[in-house]
Amino acid sequence: MRTRERLRVAASEAVGPYTLLRVARGGIETGTPGQFFMLEAPGRLLPRPMSICLVPRGELAFLIDAIGPGTRALCELDRGDELTVFGPLGNGFRLDVPRPLLLGGGIGIAPLPYLSEALGSPPALLGFRSDRHAEAAVLVPNAEVVVEPTYVTEAMPEGHDVLACGPEPMLEAVRRLVPGAQLAWEAPMACGYGACYGCVVDGKRLCLEGPVLEAAA
Amino acid sequence: MIVNASGCLDALAAPEVARELDAFVTKTITPLPRAGNPPVRIAETEHGMLNSIGLQGPGLDTFLADHLPRLAGLGLPIWVSVGGFSAGDFAQSCARLDEREEVTTVELNLSCPNVDDAVETAIELVAAARAVTSKPLFAKLSPATWDIAELARAVQAAGADGLTLVNTIRGLALDERTLRPRLGPAIGGYSGPALKPVALAAVWSCFRATRMPIVGMGGITCGRDALEFLAAGATVVGLGTVLFADPPAPSRIRAELNDELERLLLPDVASVVGIAHEEELSGETTLDRELRMFA
Repeated sequence: MRTRERLRVAASEAVGPYTLLRVARGGIETGTPGQFFMLEAPGRLLPRPMSICLVPRGELAFLIDAIGPGTRALCELDRGDELTVFGPLGNGFRLDVPRPLLLGGGIGIAPLPYLSEALGSPPALLGFRSDRHAEAAVLVPNAEVVVEPTYVTEAMPEGHDVLACGPEPMLEAVRRLVPGAQLAWEAPMACGYGACYGCVVDGKRLCLEGPVLEAAA
Repeated sequence: MIVNASGCLDALAAPEVARELDAFVTKTITPLPRAGNPPVRIAETEHGMLNSIGLQGPGLDTFLADHLPRLAGLGLPIWVSVGGFSAGDFAQSCARLDEREEVTTVELNLSCPNVDDAVETAIELVAAARAVTSKPLFAKLSPATWDIAELARAVQAAGADGLTLVNTIRGLALDERTLRPRLGPAIGGYSGPALKPVALAAVWSCFRATRMPIVGMGGITCGRDALEFLAAGATVVGLGTVLFADPPAPSRIRAELNDELERLLLPDVASVVGIAHEEELSGETTLDRELRMFA
């Protein structure tokens, strides 16, 4: 069940160009892989949606790319700082897949470490825009890495149940190639609980019906 | 009395938030279903946020058949926000809402910044609604108008029972790197704390011009903000953007408002409504008022 709590930062670690923000979990539930939390971004009006990356004992960990004022504020948090966390929210990945293949692109690998753990470290294929960004692949076991100009869709083996998260062009390409793939989408959202209608993809509010949607067969 | 701003809460998705309100205001209902605007729909700015949702909604038939009965099950008064593109749209929706006892009040959205303007003027739209319903009619106005007090007088003459002040105002934000619009449709409705002085001015002017009941909203984030809207002439306050970041805001703001009343030695909410105009009305000076309040 979703709850809202003020939590304390346990650690903030660099992973390549990204930041892994670890917060002491308090009484908040961990959720399932693909679900997300709204994180208060200090000094900003709106919280930011972040998918759950890992659940170390007693903690929640989020992988964050500092691309704007909100994500920068989150990446600047230090051990001991407090922030309000709301979740878990949305629907995660279905885990009843016989031959899983995890596909990730850039910061879209964020939900894959927890997903990999839940599925017993299945094969993964991760795409990044540079070698430095590719350092984040260390978070996903059993992963093959490609760097631009090679795309994950070019290196993708056939015959798998694909679970993917990445930039919209990547998800659109996967959707065309693999009907039935589970795709975790991203959209700016103000609330995370169905109030704002900001995060609609294909007529669906990602925060309620997603962020994982099934590619139409 | 605290309500939500239309389009800022889905009571069916978050009934626990809705139940903290004194009435729930629906997202604007249009006669036909609408898919809404293309992404990106939300952009935070330095002092507020922009949205361009474009009145996404199920349309009147589905709303009446499916949503309204479930909303009524929440056990709080339901205000329905009505939108459209012609006087005929407003008349059609209001006539059908008039038949439904679940509906307490109808709010006429005359001011969505994210859809093309209706051809008819606010006066014609209010008159069309008035002709077909005896429910209380509140006209929701934009502050981005030449003279909002004059507009308020006009919709009052056309049959409105009250005013909802204010809707968002048009705004634009550009991407940090590309310098292109951050919202898909470029321009959106600006809301949040930056809107508060604009909204307060609208409430102030319309209270003086009409003495109609006013639902005041625009950038309210705390009890003190709510108190100021009441003082400017609102009888009800609406919460919008604050609900996105802080779902428990209704109960928090209610408690803070009571603390503010106590701190200023004001007996109740009713005693505050319009108090900002009191000097003008009674000839009382600021000093007189302070002496009286703190005697």
